[in-house]
Amino acid sequence: MDKLDAKIPQGPLAEKWTNYKAHQNLVNPANKRKLDIIVVGTGLAGASAAASFGELGFNVKAFGIHDSPRRAHSIAAQGGINAAKNYPNDGDSVYRLFYDTIKGGDYRAREANVYRLAEVSNAIIDQCVAQGVPFAREYGGLLDNRSFGGAQVSRTFYARGQTGQQLLLGAYSALSKEIAKGSVKMITRSEMLDLVVVDGRARGIITRDLITGKIERHAAHAVVLATGGYGNVFFLSTNAMTSNGSAAWKAYKKGAFFGNPSFTQIHPTCIPVHGDFQSKLTLMSESLRNDGRIWVPKSKEDAEKIQKGTLNPTDLPEEKRDYYLERRYPAFGNLVPRDVASRAAKERCDAGYGVGSTGLAVYLDFEDAIKRLGRHVIEARYGNLFQMYEKIVDENPYETPMMIYPAVHYTMGGIWVDYELQSTIPGLFVAGEANFSDHGANRLGASALMQGLSDGYFVLPYTIQNYLADQISVAHVGTDSPEFDAAEKSVKEVIDKLLAVKGTDTVDTYHRRLGMIMWNLVGMGRTGEKLKKAIVEIQELRASFWKNVKIPGKNEMVNMELEKALRMTDYLELGELMARDGLLREESCGGHFREEHQTPEGEAMRDDENFSFVGAWEYTGENKEPKLNKEPLHFEFVEVKQRNYK
Amino acid sequence: MDLTLKIWRQPSTDEKGKFVDYQVQDISADASFLEMLDVLNEQLVVNDEDPVAFDHDCREGICGACSLYINGRPHGPDKGITTCQMHMRRFKDGETIVIEPWRAKPFPVIKDLMVDRTAFDEIIRAGGYISVGTGGMPDANAIPIPKRDADIAMDAASCIGCGACVAACKNASAMLFVAAKVSQFAMLPQGKVEARERVQNMVSKMDELGFGNCSNTYACEAECPKEISVSHIARMNREFFSSKLISEKEK
Repeated sequence: MDKLDAKIPQGPLAEKWTNYKAHQNLVNPANKRKLDIIVVGTGLAGASAAASFGELGFNVKAFGIHDSPRRAHSIAAQGGINAAKNYPNDGDSVYRLFYDTIKGGDYRAREANVYRLAEVSNAIIDQCVAQGVPFAREYGGLLDNRSFGGAQVSRTFYARGQTGQQLLLGAYSALSKEIAKGSVKMITRSEMLDLVVVDGRARGIITRDLITGKIERHAAHAVVLATGGYGNVFFLSTNAMTSNGSAAWKAYKKGAFFGNPSFTQIHPTCIPVHGDFQSKLTLMSESLRNDGRIWVPKSKEDAEKIQKGTLNPTDLPEEKRDYYLERRYPAFGNLVPRDVASRAAKERCDAGYGVGSTGLAVYLDFEDAIKRLGRHVIEARYGNLFQMYEKIVDENPYETPMMIYPAVHYTMGGIWVDYELQSTIPGLFVAGEANFSDHGANRLGASALMQGLSDGYFVLPYTIQNYLADQISVAHVGTDSPEFDAAEKSVKEVIDKLLAVKGTDTVDTYHRRLGMIMWNLVGMGRTGEKLKKAIVEIQELRASFWKNVKIPGKNEMVNMELEKALRMTDYLELGELMARDGLLREESCGGHFREEHQTPEGEAMRDDENFSFVGAWEYTGENKEPKLNKEPLHFEFVEVKQRNYK
Repeated sequence: MDLTLKIWRQPSTDEKGKFVDYQVQDISADASFLEMLDVLNEQLVVNDEDPVAFDHDCREGICGACSLYINGRPHGPDKGITTCQMHMRRFKDGETIVIEPWRAKPFPVIKDLMVDRTAFDEIIRAGGYISVGTGGMPDANAIPIPKRDADIAMDAASCIGCGACVAACKNASAMLFVAAKVSQFAMLPQGKVEARERVQNMVSKMDELGFGNCSNTYACEAECPKEISVSHIARMNREFFSSKLISEKEK
């Protein structure tokens, strides 16, 4: 159990981070030059961390799978970034942002981490503005805010519907500045295939050059993973095509514990699935819920007519519509947290009130907002989203209500880290979506960008020094150790083994099959029975994959099928761990909804007596059951109660 | 729908390429263009042929990875969208579609439809940033910025770095890409401090990398998936000339 020391600093909540910084170990400038750091992933968390390390004077090597760091999937975040600035004078504070985030996560996150996140949120906005991020402004020239789910204040800063893009380009420009200076060496189109651990410490990685197939070794004093989430295990998700869980999974298999793997966010406002050719799902920003009203018909007869196309939704009078979020949650209305909104949509569709040709959709209607504010205002706020919708669905959302349905969007689970963002492997730090830390069982909207930049700009540059301070006597780490030999050998063996299968089914057919298992059995409505079934089905699918997958070509070339296959081998193991974690957690909390555990009103029912802990899974070997370690969660500063958005 | 695809196949940068014809059947009108290529690639893998390499990632028009030249136009026939946002309902049953990579000397073909756009990163590294370190920044509302200026900066900043402007230009000029970044910072007080060095360094890096000159055909604006205006090029030219004049004066 001593491995799971979260290292939370002593003292009152508001003083913990200040105390930590006042007493941590630092590295002096002359010694920083002698220390090497590897950063894997250059999205918001990775790019901001790599740039900040470079500015401090460390030698940084940054790795990305894309042709440029500007393409990381942080770029697709639409709605905004939270901060406790309280510019609108509507009652916000660091404490309230902290409280909303802890509550939104259904009391399954660490108080100290979440408080620190809220505390540094304001510095993030200052930082981004200084970098030239063009946030939305009001006519007086000051920054504009809007509201997001799970909050009663307007604390979300945004840049049209492209906030993630603008923040990533800010971090990318900071990174570019350091690359030009020579403090960061950027290696693009390169994928990490293993972590190298020497004498119990993370000392390097093995990568594959995605153009030549060359397997390479890289060593450093510390390794930072900022490789994003693993939502693509579901095949259909809002994640980018190449977003994957492999780096985190390799770290897990080298000894890093995996925290709360089953905690998945199903986002309520995505464009519904249509057709079996579909490769990914597209999100419609949560910010739309500021002005859009969600409804389905009150009667099943009307729902059926709409499904068949014999009734036009705009012809259905107001009194025949069920604005079910406003009905069930009058205090928060359409702005309830994502898990609550998603479940409510599923409940209506399962009961037969869904719309669209499949019946698996609800309406997000802007008619009232257009009447109230005028079309030009709606266009200015959401124009690019409406255009995206029209291109995909071929309907004009200014005239016909948008159809939306929940889809996999984000994974709150990830590598377990302590307060310093260090995993159970000394020297391995994990940032952004790749770690499990701040969102508990449900992430609030506009909090992912906040966490990525908090970890990269304002947390890691401090905490990594506390680790590196006692590494100054270690000379540059070499790559000619038996541990590097063994890691490289095992990577090459896996590639050879995959290429040798020469079966009949493509990687994508397996990915689709895994996605169906995950969505149906480990998705929005979980039961013990479904989860047990999922474990068996995933094991069968994994066995079939290794016997029957078909990968063309060889390693020494651009081989995207091989890239996909390598990621797939990890999904086929990770999916099983997600099911195990969901099975263990005999309660409902946030996005983890066990149908056996709900209140009479259908709300998630937590079991704080037995499950107020982080489930941190430990790898025990090939085809062996993983071991569960528990980090108990202590709530000293907030009162834990059932979430109430009524 | 059934389609004939004429696709540029090139094994590597140094080898010669050629067009190869492929047939795809039963493509849904609701499929995206890249999903249609997924269908083709599945077909090729099953038949033991080499799948077509192309860059793509977010598939929602924001990462800038996809870069196909479709029927003679970057990102295909529709205005204001990327290749991944193009849907097959835009094409007719039985149509022949010609698919090529971006063609520009500074963007060498890596394989098939995949090109190397690191030249864009190099231009950004020459000055496409504001030189502030992490931390210790003044309050974000300390400098009010007129909404109009902030909006123009945002228009420029919406560039996704896909390279369609270069591919569309007969001179393979990168003026719109460079101007978008120069213009974003020129509109903001934070960007003024380094404005002179920025525009000169970025422009000379662009020239050094082999991008051509601008001859004002506006093809870049017409094909830009984010519809970035050539007025940013005019702003960059003003920035460039005034910075040159001041530099001369100081000599």
